[in-house]
Amino acid sequence: MATTHFIVHDKKDTVGVIVVEEGVKKGQSLTGWVMEGDGTIAVKAADDIPLGHKVALKDIKQGETILKYGHDIGKAVAAIGKGKHAHIHNMKTKRW
Amino acid sequence: MANIVKRRDTAFLGFRRENGRIGVRNHVVVLPLDDLSNAACEAVAHNIKGTMALPHAYGRLQFGEDLELHFRTLIGTGSNPNVAACVVIGIEPGWTKRVVDGIKKTGKPCEGFSIEGNGDIQTVANAARAARRFVQDASEKQREKCKLEELWISAKCGESDTTSGLASCPTVGDLIDKLDPLGATTCFGETTEITGAEMVCASRAASPAIAKKFMAVFNAYQEVVKRHKTSDLSDSQPTKGNIAGGLTTIEEKAFGNLAKIGHTTKFIDVLKPAEEPKKGAGLYFMDTSSAAAECVTLQAAAGFVVHLFPTGQGNVIGNPIEPVIKLTANPRTARTMPEHIDLDVSGILRREMTLDQAGDALIDITLRTCSGRLTCAEALGHREFVMTKLYQSA
Repeated sequence: MATTHFIVHDKKDTVGVIVVEEGVKKGQSLTGWVMEGDGTIAVKAADDIPLGHKVALKDIKQGETILKYGHDIGKAVAAIGKGKHAHIHNMKTKRW
Repeated sequence: MANIVKRRDTAFLGFRRENGRIGVRNHVVVLPLDDLSNAACEAVAHNIKGTMALPHAYGRLQFGEDLELHFRTLIGTGSNPNVAACVVIGIEPGWTKRVVDGIKKTGKPCEGFSIEGNGDIQTVANAARAARRFVQDASEKQREKCKLEELWISAKCGESDTTSGLASCPTVGDLIDKLDPLGATTCFGETTEITGAEMVCASRAASPAIAKKFMAVFNAYQEVVKRHKTSDLSDSQPTKGNIAGGLTTIEEKAFGNLAKIGHTTKFIDVLKPAEEPKKGAGLYFMDTSSAAAECVTLQAAAGFVVHLFPTGQGNVIGNPIEPVIKLTANPRTARTMPEHIDLDVSGILRREMTLDQAGDALIDITLRTCSGRLTCAEALGHREFVMTKLYQSA
């Protein structure tokens, strides 16, 4: 089986998780496994992204809710382009 | 789901205690009532081989619900079926006797000693004589074949990262979904770490009344956070380790955490911290802190005998009386910290292993641990015993 670079929990999700130990490099073509429905998607990395960190699966606008597990996991506090690294520099909790 | 019955023998070898409960370890514990009695307890455990002291920081001037929790935790720890017998030492006889009487209700050997009017040296001598007798008697206890429905299993994750929500927490969830129909008693907690997923958690309650009970406990803990917070908690929850591992928000962490209860199992009651389950077999939610050692100490005090601990970045926790089985799906943690990892499920991320296979592997290592195999944390001597304190002392 070809390398799975990232995994997506739910079809609705707007982010995926990088699962290769060495991480991925900007410009790299990534193959993703969508666990819900056992599908495959492709994204081109727009940043270097380490193991366990999230890649945006679409262009996400500032203020937009980010979906993972098919649920709201917080909001974008800056625009996040497709393939970019989504983390504390551009995402924030809606709680507390 | 219940195919496991056909595929495998779910029996294990445990210790049947006086009250009928099954233990998977045979400890003789020297339990301090209070911080002042730690030195005497450690001296007894040093003198009498095969006994174990459980030093802790509290037990003086506590009051109200906080004091009740202190007693519930100490009595529950001594009463846990992994403990064959218990010596209690306190600074004075009154509260010492309360702990001894509570533990004695299980029918197991338990004796108390107090320091005031005797001094440490005489107290240690007296307590050591009892501990010597207890440990020799315990050494003759034999394991016998026990059924899965006699097993109480707790779960809590730590230093989680995104691989926890992808694979190691769902592996625990697969085990719970497979063992719940067979009559296991299981427990999850971590009240604050359900923040963002609380409505999904409430939907997993067995009835509207239990869902309401859960939401009341959840909202009460949110009030504690609101009362004391000085920021949005993004330096504490998620932790620095969580963030390094790719988790960004508490909501994201919460959905990963909740994967530990699987897909089909419903929780049948909401327990206070360290409260013993009373509704029979099934899944219970316990109101706990999300700090690993605090949570596992409370679950052990409620009577759970084996713990499942998914980790992402590599939390190294153990517990003195309840064996902690660690699993990870993070390939780097599995490679760099193998002495802490009892089960590597990183194959799920490489699509070399299915969740069903991982769940079966976890059932296998759990039953082997219950029959006597030491966990990584036991071999490394991790004995984090951490009492939960609810507020300032009087």
